Amino acid sequence: MQVLLAIVVGVVYAASIYLMLRRNIVKLAIGLALFGHASNLLIFTAGGLTRGKPPIVPEGADAPAAMVADPLPHALILTAIVIGFGVLAFSLVLVHRTYQMTGQDDTDHMRSAET
Amino acid sequence: MLQSVLLILGLAALAPWVHRLAGRWSARLYASVGAGLFAYFASLAPRVYASEPIAQRWEWIEALHVAISFRLDGLALVFAFLVTGVGALILLYAGAYMKDHPRVGAFFASLLLFMASMLGLVLADNVVTLFIFWELTSVSSFLLIGFDRQREGARRAAMQALLVTGLGGMALLGGLAMLATAAGSWELHEIAASGGAIRAHALFLPAFALVALGAFTKSAQFPFHFWLPNAMEAPTPVSAYLHSSTMVKAGVYLLARLHPALGGNDVWFHTLTWVGAATFVVGGLLATRETAMKRILAYTTVASLGALVMMLGVGTQAALVAMSAFLVAHALYKGALFLIAGAVDHEAGEKYVDRLGGLRRAMPLTAACAAIAALSMAGVPPTLGFIAKETILEGVAHDTLGWTLLALATLGSTLTVAAAAIVGLRPFFGRPRETPRTAHDPGPEMLAGPFILAALGLIGGLMPALFADSIVSATATTVGGAPIEKHLHLWHGFTLALALSAAALVVGAAIALLAARWRRALAPIGALSRFGPERLYGAGLGALNVLAVSLTGVYQNGRLRRYTTVVFVFTGLLVGASLVRLGALSGLTGLDRVYPFDAIVCMAIIAGAIAAICAKGRLGAVAALGIVGYGVTVLYVVYGAPDLALTLVSVETLTVILFVLVLYHLPRFAIYTSRAARVRDMVIAVSFGAVMCLLTLIAADVQFSPTISEWFVENSVPKGKGRNIVNVILVDFRALDTMGEITVLGVAAIGVHALLKLKPAAASDGGDES
Repeated sequence: MQVLLAIVVGVVYAASIYLMLRRNIVKLAIGLALFGHASNLLIFTAGGLTRGKPPIVPEGADAPAAMVADPLPHALILTAIVIGFGVLAFSLVLVHRTYQMTGQDDTDHMRSAET
Repeated sequence: MLQSVLLILGLAALAPWVHRLAGRWSARLYASVGAGLFAYFASLAPRVYASEPIAQRWEWIEALHVAISFRLDGLALVFAFLVTGVGALILLYAGAYMKDHPRVGAFFASLLLFMASMLGLVLADNVVTLFIFWELTSVSSFLLIGFDRQREGARRAAMQALLVTGLGGMALLGGLAMLATAAGSWELHEIAASGGAIRAHALFLPAFALVALGAFTKSAQFPFHFWLPNAMEAPTPVSAYLHSSTMVKAGVYLLARLHPALGGNDVWFHTLTWVGAATFVVGGLLATRETAMKRILAYTTVASLGALVMMLGVGTQAALVAMSAFLVAHALYKGALFLIAGAVDHEAGEKYVDRLGGLRRAMPLTAACAAIAALSMAGVPPTLGFIAKETILEGVAHDTLGWTLLALATLGSTLTVAAAAIVGLRPFFGRPRETPRTAHDPGPEMLAGPFILAALGLIGGLMPALFADSIVSATATTVGGAPIEKHLHLWHGFTLALALSAAALVVGAAIALLAARWRRALAPIGALSRFGPERLYGAGLGALNVLAVSLTGVYQNGRLRRYTTVVFVFTGLLVGASLVRLGALSGLTGLDRVYPFDAIVCMAIIAGAIAAICAKGRLGAVAALGIVGYGVTVLYVVYGAPDLALTLVSVETLTVILFVLVLYHLPRFAIYTSRAARVRDMVIAVSFGAVMCLLTLIAADVQFSPTISEWFVENSVPKGKGRNIVNVILVDFRALDTMGEITVLGVAAIGVHALLKLKPAAASDGGDES
């Protein structure tokens, strides 16, 4: 399944980059969301795939009896999902606010901070 | 020795508070510390003169050969005398000179910082220590030249001095590193001892060129001389101390220090001799053109530095003795004359020699000091300056080079005589002129410096055995690398040097008498200077600005997608190049097992991603995003990550709701970009995706150390008392990380709140130009 998942990662990355290169600010936000998914999936796949064995210690035991999925990438990704959501929520409100202020959804017209 | 440097540094740090507490007494305190250090070094002198250098050493960064090491030998000692002795007099003088200035505390902080740096520079034995102090002198010089920060001229001069000496400093660092490599040691005394190995080394030429560049810029050698006269924007005590007695001699010091290592060959000889001789003559010519006292003195300092470098270039025993004698004589008379120029400006309110005259009536003591110092500068017996000039002419005359150099040296001396008479005698003698203020002698604090320095110049000439002999011999010994014993005499008999000396005096005096006509005759130089090195400096600086502006305009054009493109293209190229370079692509294993259910989920995600791109409407795009999110969730469930799945499901739901809420207020999608741009972006996106796909495959193949994960799995229940290992990691083992994460969320929430509450009235401030 690694190869297939790697292809999924590549496609989602490609889609996210393409959307982030648009001038429409909503497409940019969607690209940002996709970028988060792709990155999380990259870490997940790279950490090694173990099908159907969640890292949970059964009742009465001190450690799992057999091999379980690596918990470390899970912990990393969990953090990444939450932070990614925070960033996305902020950018969405920013998009909303920017449109309200400028009446623009084209990033090429949002340059006053630079000039 | 380290203690003395640290003592002054400590004083520098405390200076503003000391000034607040002690007021006018602060300068006297600093001066007495300087005098105490002078006495300390004087007490070490007998040991040093018995050829017993005193060394101190602390390891600092051993792996890089960096140590804090100091070494006091003849050359270091003469400079230590200048730094502490002249320094003490200047500090005393500055207390009176600057007494009405509102920022006296800051002034003394910078001045003491310089004093500590300069002392460290001349005492340092380790190359890196030397370099650090070298740069510190440049920095403190910058602060002091630009001390009157309200004046644009002062700021520009400070910047110019910093850029010129700073560029030289960079060259010096390279040169010193090469030298250390060639010599196999980072200690200067060992480098000086391995001259043969260095001269035979392949790095000799580049090392020499870089060191010479550093020394020439610091010591204002032609064509880098232009920053020094401009540095006269600094308060006069600074000009007297940094820009005549000590800092500008750092380059000469370094060349003298490295003479045993780099000298004694044609490259050294021709470079130093001719650059020095050119500086000697050019400095003299430019000095006699000026009318402002400080600028005349600045150009004669340039000339004197040229003479010192020239003598180092010649490098014979006689030349090194001349260099050492002139070093001492120059510091004495030039320091005195600078302080006198400051006193005249301070008490009479006039700084142009052509508007001054007959001041000896109003300022008799100042005039006496000025006369003695000027005679020493002109090389009139029985001063130390006379002996120094005689030794210079002798040193040059003895050389095989013959007449060219001797002629240049005589010309330089002649111009020095003229400048000495113009700046040291003319303002005080002749017909009295009106001055803006009623002139009078300054107080004892401002007279002490000129008096002591001028008197030493006279005593040194009358009784050279008293102190001049031993100082000059010890200095020349260090520079020459072999014992040199020299007894200076006023009278050498009727020699060629004496004849040339007399000729220089007569012609120089004539030039001084006809100063106004001489200046007119030299007027074409002013036209020539429009093509001079200072012009080049200005043009270079301008060109740099233009380049920076145009370059920034290209890559910072304000369009977000340009930045995004640059980031992704370069990330993709770097990652891709690393993958190719590591040859990682060949190590891929073949296809592994494919589960039909998982494959269907994967297809759904891919379809969702493509749909997000192609969607014509806003809701369609959000729905496609939802498909990708929930598909990833299913993958997490399948591959044993229930926590991820639970989190993602809630986050994804919230995300979709947020999107819909925001989209409600936004217009429909419009296509802004051209077809060509879309194709280009597609190529970038697909290439980046391909690179990331490969990266995933390779990363999945790498077996990194599993011990961390194993530790978490084994200790989750015993140590963390939890059965869900991922949860235990987050809230127990890595709880601090989670706290950071919560903080980020909190900040994002505050940001969201603030944005929503922002009043639309603020639109006029943050509005777009379109």
